[in-house]
Amino acid sequence: MTNPVQALNSARVRGWLYQALFLACALAVAWYLVSNTLTNLATRGVATGFGFLHREAGFEIGESLLSYSASDTYLKALVVGLLNTLAVSAAGVVLATVLGVLIGIARLSSNWMVNRFATLYVETIRNVPLLLQLVVWYTIMNRLPSPREALEVVPGIFLSNRGMKFPVLVEHAGHGWALLALIAGIAAAIAIVRHGRRHREATGKPFPTLPAAIAAVLLPPALVFVATGAPLAFDVPVLSGFNFEGGGSVTPEFTALLIGLSVYTAGFIAEIVRSGILAVPHGQTEAGLALGLSPGKILRLVILPQALRVIVPPLTSQYLNLTKNSSLAVAIGYPDLVSVSNTSANQTGQVVEAVAMMMVVYLIISLAISGFMNWYNRRVALVTR
Amino acid sequence: MKTRPVKSHLSALAIAATLSVSALALSGTAQAGATFDGVKQKGYVQCGVNLGLYGFSAPDDKGKWSGLDVDMCRAVAAAMFGDAEKVKYTPLSAQQRLPALQSGEIDILARNTTRTLTRDTANGLNFGPTNYFDGQGFMVSAKLGLKSAKQLNGATVCVLPGTTTEQNVSDYFRANKMTFKPVVIEKNEELNKAFFAGRCDALTSDASQLAAIRAAEVQNPNDYVILPELISKEPLSPAVRQGDEEWMNLVTWTFYAMVQAEEKGLTSETVDAAMTSPDPDVKRLLGVTAGNGKALGVEENWAFNVIKQVGNYGQSFERNVGAGSKLKMPRGQNALYTEGGMMYAPPMK
Repeated sequence: MTNPVQALNSARVRGWLYQALFLACALAVAWYLVSNTLTNLATRGVATGFGFLHREAGFEIGESLLSYSASDTYLKALVVGLLNTLAVSAAGVVLATVLGVLIGIARLSSNWMVNRFATLYVETIRNVPLLLQLVVWYTIMNRLPSPREALEVVPGIFLSNRGMKFPVLVEHAGHGWALLALIAGIAAAIAIVRHGRRHREATGKPFPTLPAAIAAVLLPPALVFVATGAPLAFDVPVLSGFNFEGGGSVTPEFTALLIGLSVYTAGFIAEIVRSGILAVPHGQTEAGLALGLSPGKILRLVILPQALRVIVPPLTSQYLNLTKNSSLAVAIGYPDLVSVSNTSANQTGQVVEAVAMMMVVYLIISLAISGFMNWYNRRVALVTR
Repeated sequence: MKTRPVKSHLSALAIAATLSVSALALSGTAQAGATFDGVKQKGYVQCGVNLGLYGFSAPDDKGKWSGLDVDMCRAVAAAMFGDAEKVKYTPLSAQQRLPALQSGEIDILARNTTRTLTRDTANGLNFGPTNYFDGQGFMVSAKLGLKSAKQLNGATVCVLPGTTTEQNVSDYFRANKMTFKPVVIEKNEELNKAFFAGRCDALTSDASQLAAIRAAEVQNPNDYVILPELISKEPLSPAVRQGDEEWMNLVTWTFYAMVQAEEKGLTSETVDAAMTSPDPDVKRLLGVTAGNGKALGVEENWAFNVIKQVGNYGQSFERNVGAGSKLKMPRGQNALYTEGGMMYAPPMK
């Protein structure tokens, strides 16, 4: 039996004690802030709570992935805003990654022109505040001609200060089947890739994975498409009244925000990619050459898998940054979560609730991205055998 | 100014935080008279105004604030301290304004704020008399040749958020079975730039603001027309926190004194001479016959100071938004009731 005084000398017990104390303090502060806010709002006669979410929002939203109208609830309006945030962030992450990888590799190029251009890009883009860049992109979008004098880039595609209008396929039953065939084709391609790898590992002989996989993806939907009578009808945008009607469209706000976020984040991703590639010792390349691998194969099979281990963790923060930066949308009129929340807060006066919801939602999005990236990071991490 | 949107989120956050933390000092202080006594003690009025709306509240090139709303604050300071200069200004975005008043950061909100039921009740505010009767309108390019807002079906409309504006325009289009696409930009300058670059067919805001924007941004004002329909009632009124009747009374009657002065023909120039007027109403207003000042808890010459230093309502109107300004707004609904408007002061006795 140790007595309590002796127990205090144990590092383990003290560790527990300090942690418990810290937790208690944190909880007490949180409880104090929340209860104090509530008391104060109550003494000032300010209504609190989330009841407003079920009232009619009464305002329109410029672009929405769901069908939304002013008679829907605040909750739905906020969901529309959230989806807009997710849409621009997802597209931005993809675009920024592609652009960033290209610029990053270009910075390592031995071609003087390519190399200098990539350096100039990185140094300029990274050092100008994003908000300014967004305003510049948006101003460029607004400088395009009016719908009545829209530029017809390719027949059917119109570019004006109201955004880009393009023809969309008129829906037909055959499309659903073609889509199913495409999904089946992708599944087949995955199986082929797996088989190819096993075949190579078992026999040591290469397997024509790439052509087989491409054929598996493309052939079934093409066959179904032809079999259902090749239904190709387009809904082409036509000028009517103030604007174009029919067809699909991308607004200048979305375009400006997407370009701004992607271009800005790509500058950072380029540096991450460059550092990742440089982190792989040159000996690895020499070893690959000694084995007789082609430069392309060395990059794909030797360098990149090792570089990814260095690239993925900082890349995660860039994805998180991009998502959070999308809240700058309010400056250029893209109806993202913050924009819709602000409007809701103003109409209802429930500022504390709206800000709290925004914080929670961004926290959840960020945790989700970071969770996914951590999973991916574990996959590409060095496997000790 | 470039960082406004970010800043306003931060401020909203900061205000939310202030609401939680300022509680330390302020909990339980919302009894009657707290604001009134607080203002008296610190010796100035903390007045929440617009970030810059020409004619209502905007700083000039020397940083001196002027405008119809600014005059409201100056008048209250004149009534309280006998000195219209004892005002400190807090420029607020549309989002920041209600929390700033609720949290006690400002004493009075004179920031072209529409009086609504929600704000008067659930948001914990009280409104003084309306100092400008406004209504939401549409401004379009004269080139479109539009005569009525009813022709706006399918239009793209630039909207400034943070007000009742978004809801009004949605209501109007719904009621008239028309559709529109809003473009909502939080920053005034960016919104105006987008509109004048042709991103939107129409710009919507309170008619007075549209006139102010047109006066500030356009070379030839005839290139843009404000359509005749006003789609909402926007009684712009000063607001105070609930729970201080004395303060509310002072704000209310200060404004009425300006209206009463106009009705009685008293201006900042003639008010000295009027001290000898035989009119009993004028005598009571100017404190020659005592009583009003004591009832309000200020000096008996409070209204004299207001009229002398700020002027009557008509003077303030003409100087800031009327014929004497770039806005050139007609008096319209804001004329005295004797001249077909809605400005009417109850008996001051």
